[in-house]
Amino acid sequence: MTNPKGRFGIHGGQYIPETLMNAVIELEEAYNHYKNDPEFNRELAELFNEYAGRPSRLYYAEKMTKDLGGAKIYLKREDLNHTGAHKINNVLGQALLAKKMGKTRLIAETGAGQHGVATATAAALMNMECVVFMGEEDTQRQALNVYRMRLLGATVVPVKTGTATLKDAVSEAMREWTSRISDTHYCLGSVMGPHPFPTIVRDFQAVISKETKEQCLAKEGKLPDAVIACVGGGSNAIGSFYNFIEDKGVRLIGCEAAGRGVDTFETAATIATGRLGIFHGMKSYFCQDKYGQIAPVYSISAGLDYPGVGPEHAYLHDIGRAEYVPVTDDEAVNAFEYLARTEGIIPAIESAHAVAHAMKLAPTMSKDQIIVITISGRGDKDCAAIARYRGEDIHE
Amino acid sequence: MSKIKNAFAKGKAFVAFITCGDPDLATTAAVVRAAVQNGADLIELGIPFSDPTAEGPVIQGANLRALNGGVTTDKIFDLVRELRQDVTVPMVFMTYANVVYSYGAERFIASCQEIGMDGLILPDLPFEEKEEFQPLCQQYGVDLISLIAPTSENRIAMIAKEAEGFLYIVSSLGVTGTRSEITTDLASIVKVVRANTSIPCAIGFGISTPEQAKAMAALSDGAIVGSAIIKLLEKYGKAAPQYVGEYVKAMKDALR
Repeated sequence: MTNPKGRFGIHGGQYIPETLMNAVIELEEAYNHYKNDPEFNRELAELFNEYAGRPSRLYYAEKMTKDLGGAKIYLKREDLNHTGAHKINNVLGQALLAKKMGKTRLIAETGAGQHGVATATAAALMNMECVVFMGEEDTQRQALNVYRMRLLGATVVPVKTGTATLKDAVSEAMREWTSRISDTHYCLGSVMGPHPFPTIVRDFQAVISKETKEQCLAKEGKLPDAVIACVGGGSNAIGSFYNFIEDKGVRLIGCEAAGRGVDTFETAATIATGRLGIFHGMKSYFCQDKYGQIAPVYSISAGLDYPGVGPEHAYLHDIGRAEYVPVTDDEAVNAFEYLARTEGIIPAIESAHAVAHAMKLAPTMSKDQIIVITISGRGDKDCAAIARYRGEDIHE
Repeated sequence: MSKIKNAFAKGKAFVAFITCGDPDLATTAAVVRAAVQNGADLIELGIPFSDPTAEGPVIQGANLRALNGGVTTDKIFDLVRELRQDVTVPMVFMTYANVVYSYGAERFIASCQEIGMDGLILPDLPFEEKEEFQPLCQQYGVDLISLIAPTSENRIAMIAKEAEGFLYIVSSLGVTGTRSEITTDLASIVKVVRANTSIPCAIGFGISTPEQAKAMAALSDGAIVGSAIIKLLEKYGKAAPQYVGEYVKAMKDALR
């Protein structure tokens, strides 16, 4: 689906400073070499299975299914991976690739901190230096993850510019990369940025849908009717969708963070409220004003609080292959609490956006239909923030 | 022939970068005139962007101040119309791809021609993506300026061959901002540039002192200065035009 310049329909591309062009070209060449290298793939499979704990479970949520009274609900448990989220899939792939390229230092941006923790983890494992850029606002709402990164030996740089959230962390990581390229790999955390990142990250995350497909066929003898995942930049969603794109009978549904609602300015629902633009290395949809200034977006979820969406999602939206729906803070918090009480699983507030939509959709479907919800991460990191949302101040 | 070449016709050129609307557009107009009166050969007008990924803290600050002051692309076009009543040196816009794309590329580039802008610098538009705007720039006679970086290496010849107006050589890795020393082997880069194009080249990023400007211009056709000027605006605000004028004079004198 990717043409040589990294386009998904009209989206994607490489809109970056000249200083970085040879770095992304070198990365693309290395990736094209190693992705078909049996030794690389053997090492990566071993890391996935022995270190990250793959394959992740496809769990039948029986109580939730009965309670909602419609489609049969399965949870793809990416929250059970080592470090607690799907982010480790991409990071192990990129860190191994960087190591093969002779890089000794990883830099990364992080929103909720899950990608930062995963990168710090891989850096520790592979003896690499690690610097993580994180919006100052996010370092406060995700303080536990900041501590985890430091514990793992990474340096965390709080970013104070702009809205001091994920987009500013990406900008600062890009600036850092232009200043130090020869020993440094920018381990981008989502299916965004300049080519080849959207393709590389997708390929490493595609293990999610590869497993889901096999597991669903083994358990049910058929494919799911709908796959639901949350979308910020969109890495767990594209990973959850990718191996189903050709299976037209499978509905692919991405849940965007609507914040306080798509009719307010406090939203991060890019496909619902954004328009075409060029930012952070890619052409895609972005929340922006009429002069192209990037909007200060908002979501309770630090991981979905981003004004853009990956170019492949923009393309899947354009061609109508995937649907993108907005989910508000309130709906996500309700789903967070619901899944905890109903199944004894505390999802990341990001993943709770997908759970919230499934709660609306399942009752409208029949009992012989199947929904798979990707639980992209676990929610321990969010407990203090959700308590605050409910008016309770807890100290960890 | 592109009007930009005029800036390099009388010896080494001094190129001044100014962020429009920092702290307000009246000050920008006064700063541009002060720079031109004191010898600036080419003016680079920055249209502020919310997330300027190629800029260091100084110009990021200018972008923020300008946007907080309510500046917009349309107001900047009006500023240029007003400046063009008496300012005749070549002027180019420096902004980010989304500012042009979002305005409507053709509407933006046609406006550049209409108001008298000679070129466009987009730091997030590399050679591989220039088709996005190049055909429109050609149609409306606006030079799309190419950049060459210390990491360009095997790409220099390819970029230089198709360059228009002037070539912007980035002196150092990293973002814009003043530097105490510049260590890139710029002479080798310029050698490859000269072998592949006859258009002028100027060096920017990190230049703040007359000595640096002189050294950079000795290697090329001119020196580009941004952050050092913006620091004066940051410090003196609306009173900055006089100080920018004095600074430009000192820098230009070093190039004579």
